[in-house]
Amino acid sequence: MGQNPYSPHTDADRAAMLARIGIKSVDELLEAVPKDARGPAMGVPAGLSELEVQAHMERIAALDRTASAGPFFIGGPVQRRYIPAAVPVLALRGEFLTAYTPYQPEVSQGTLQAIWEYQSLLSELLAMDVVNSSMYEGSTAVAEAALMAVRLTGRKRVVVANEVFSQFRQTLATYAKGPELEVVAVPTRELAANATDAACLIVQHPDAFGTLVDVRAVADAAHAAGGLCVQVTEPHANALLEPPGALGVDIVVGEGQPLGIPLSFGGPHLGIMGCRDALVRQMPGRIVGQTVDASGTRGFVNTLQTREQHIRREKATSNICTNEAIAAITASVYLSLMGPASLRAAARIGVARAHALATRLARLPDVSIGPAPFFDRFALRTPLGGELRTALLADGILVGEGIGLHYTGCGDGVTIQCTELTTEADVDALVAAVERMTARRPVAAS
Amino acid sequence: MSGRVLFETGTKTALPALEPLLFELQRSGRAGRHVRGGDEADALIPPAFARRASLPLPELSEPQVVRHYTHLAQLNYSVDAGMYPLGSCTMKYNPKINDRAASLPGFADIHPHQPDETVQGALRLLYELQELLAGISGMDHVTLQPAAGAHAEFTAILMFKAYHESRGDTKRRRVIVPDSAHGTNPASAAMCGFDVTTVKSDARGNVDIDALKAALGDDVVGFMLTNPNTLGLFEERVREVCDAVHKAGGLVYGDGANMNALLGVARPGDLGFDCVHINVHKTFSTPHGAGGPGAGPLCVKQHLEPFLPVPRIVKDGAGVYRRETTTEHPRSIGRIRSFVGNFGVLVRAYTYIRTLGEEGLVETGRDAILAANYLLALLRGAYEVAYERSPMHEFVLSAAKQKRQGANGLDIAKALIDEGFHPPTVYFPLIVPEALMIEPTETEPKETLDAFADALIRIAKRIETDPKSVHDAPVKAPLRRLDEVAAARKPVLRYRPT
Repeated sequence: MGQNPYSPHTDADRAAMLARIGIKSVDELLEAVPKDARGPAMGVPAGLSELEVQAHMERIAALDRTASAGPFFIGGPVQRRYIPAAVPVLALRGEFLTAYTPYQPEVSQGTLQAIWEYQSLLSELLAMDVVNSSMYEGSTAVAEAALMAVRLTGRKRVVVANEVFSQFRQTLATYAKGPELEVVAVPTRELAANATDAACLIVQHPDAFGTLVDVRAVADAAHAAGGLCVQVTEPHANALLEPPGALGVDIVVGEGQPLGIPLSFGGPHLGIMGCRDALVRQMPGRIVGQTVDASGTRGFVNTLQTREQHIRREKATSNICTNEAIAAITASVYLSLMGPASLRAAARIGVARAHALATRLARLPDVSIGPAPFFDRFALRTPLGGELRTALLADGILVGEGIGLHYTGCGDGVTIQCTELTTEADVDALVAAVERMTARRPVAAS
Repeated sequence: MSGRVLFETGTKTALPALEPLLFELQRSGRAGRHVRGGDEADALIPPAFARRASLPLPELSEPQVVRHYTHLAQLNYSVDAGMYPLGSCTMKYNPKINDRAASLPGFADIHPHQPDETVQGALRLLYELQELLAGISGMDHVTLQPAAGAHAEFTAILMFKAYHESRGDTKRRRVIVPDSAHGTNPASAAMCGFDVTTVKSDARGNVDIDALKAALGDDVVGFMLTNPNTLGLFEERVREVCDAVHKAGGLVYGDGANMNALLGVARPGDLGFDCVHINVHKTFSTPHGAGGPGAGPLCVKQHLEPFLPVPRIVKDGAGVYRRETTTEHPRSIGRIRSFVGNFGVLVRAYTYIRTLGEEGLVETGRDAILAANYLLALLRGAYEVAYERSPMHEFVLSAAKQKRQGANGLDIAKALIDEGFHPPTVYFPLIVPEALMIEPTETEPKETLDAFADALIRIAKRIETDPKSVHDAPVKAPLRRLDEVAAARKPVLRYRPT
């Protein structure tokens, strides 16, 4: 006894508790457990002191190359961005972090108001009527949007652009196996031509390669064919680009990690999902609504719960229960601190750096960039193709995944992401390295 | 909880408020200076794409933002502040060393698209966690990817589908769940395209095995069972249940929401389950985050291994870790999320398991069971007990007696708030009228358990003499009872300027 450092029980406490129950040992409470299965060995190493476990964790963590350790151009749905100092201080307060889902609203107004404000802030950013309180992450939000469109239209065909992040498309394909949906992947430019009988067209803007897309044309085609338009977005782009709500989009989804959430090797992150008012009763996930208490004071509660699994069971809009509330609160704190000015500045710096970098790279022989117009990320194509990633790693420069490996019909190369954390020195280093590596190759190869 | 604190908003809000909205605090021209520059970007964006819609995010100074969220935090109940006896939620203490570990730059500042050779520490940690959870659950393989228990359920039922199809068995369309099941179980089955059959519980709170056998057939995909179940009771004929399902060609899913009771007591893999998920935000102490994130590792037997989602984390002979993809696992159900899992949550769970060690985990399971039985012993008499058996880590009372006296389960929950406690889970499981589902966990000291029981007994006594006195509860919380009907009837889901 005394093996769990977080247990408050003394041996005297345990004895008193056993006596109150009227038994001599906890074993007497385990009668229902098959005898031969009781007290199994689990193979877990002996426990550590806090000091020992801290040292152990530091040793393992030291084996990783952090994003900040050198020039870093990896991005996509997950982006290395500046996080104001107050963000973790506020969002990770114990009163938020160690609370449960706000099922008792009278003692959960902190959570409920913060999430309602998150819904409001994201609605403003995306110019969308409603945003829910979060999905797991970007790819499951895309998949749930497709399922939502299927419920709304009664159709089982989903058309997705090749230029949607590859991991998002793959998760969509997995989710489609349940209800046995037909998922068709086509180039973005062919989405409109494939709208017939589609529950939805799924378009990403800016796309996986940062390219700007005419979303309105896609939405018009979807609507003309009686379907819906789902846009995959990313938060910072909306500070500078026309938002989904202004483009005729019905459901917007995306990865919310860039809103003040650490990279953390891919999770926990934040699935963004919003829609038009008319569709809200088919939206998955929790939604917070405003109301009043018995004395007329404003307050907030989880609402429209008849969509959810704990009420509707197999007829629910989704099985989602635990979500990413603390990430939504984090995003809310981030947007409150950044405000429109710093948010725009962060987005602009990424765009400016990406274009300055692209201009310099495009001057090198056998190097191409694009397609244009792009935002803060672009495809870099050299004679090395996707192998450029490995070559640059030897120089301590990290760039995005090989395109040929993950995208169909998009050629080969690597993606280069810039943000407000990309420095002039990073840009110089990448240009110099690419120049050296491409110059090495014999010209005759073309 | 302190009484109501009203703030002067200085705005035109019609309603009194505990804390103004960000939008009410904002003034045009206020701002911090967190990031600046990049003006040259505006010329780089083609006008056809540039934002014309206004960007009406609030403009606030940093001190205002800090106070706003500090005030909001103060309106919340939390595990850091007190006992949180929500049944089936395992609201145990969340150790701070776990949070610190997750925030180490080597874990927090790595990108999921980095090449394997640059993230050997992260991959090693995940690999070791897989091994630890396999040992704890008694299963052969583990995927750490599911973001939550429900995500694991979906993953597993999709794997069941792939398993049956791989055997040419394509007629299976039904998933069976007990009437005591979490709502996520039937919802997950439905998301996989299957029909749901519900079977009743018997008089001892077990699955009614005759009803189960009658429901089984060659069209059954599998059976989803929580053990101990949501009544806190260990399934007395668990092996017989699993055998019956297997005999019909079905698979048995273990909902591991109540795994805290089984630590060192029994392993699902030794009881006949084909797989089990683990809610690390329950059993392994990771904070629930006001609703999430969680993580729901799925532990499976060998016969389900080919269907596990990608990417998989493996270790080669030289001790190098890497992520394997679909090309290496063609029978995999595919990807269920973008990356390898809720890594920051998994780091916390790993830290917890290594801190407690085998002996600490064994003590945890036993202490959780002891605490629940002790609390039940204190409360028996004041409330009806749904099933008179020794529970495991949680138990279910019924406020049916109190309802006859004029106050219901919800009144009791709200009265507990005035006593300074978070209420238990109420009205679940659905099969117990006026259910109060109580899970104390192993981290509440005996004095707190005593105080909680005293509070519930005081409330029962009040109801005996003056049931109306709890109808208005809570009166000591920041707000009185909220009008949920009005919220749903005319949804106000965001701020709109008046």
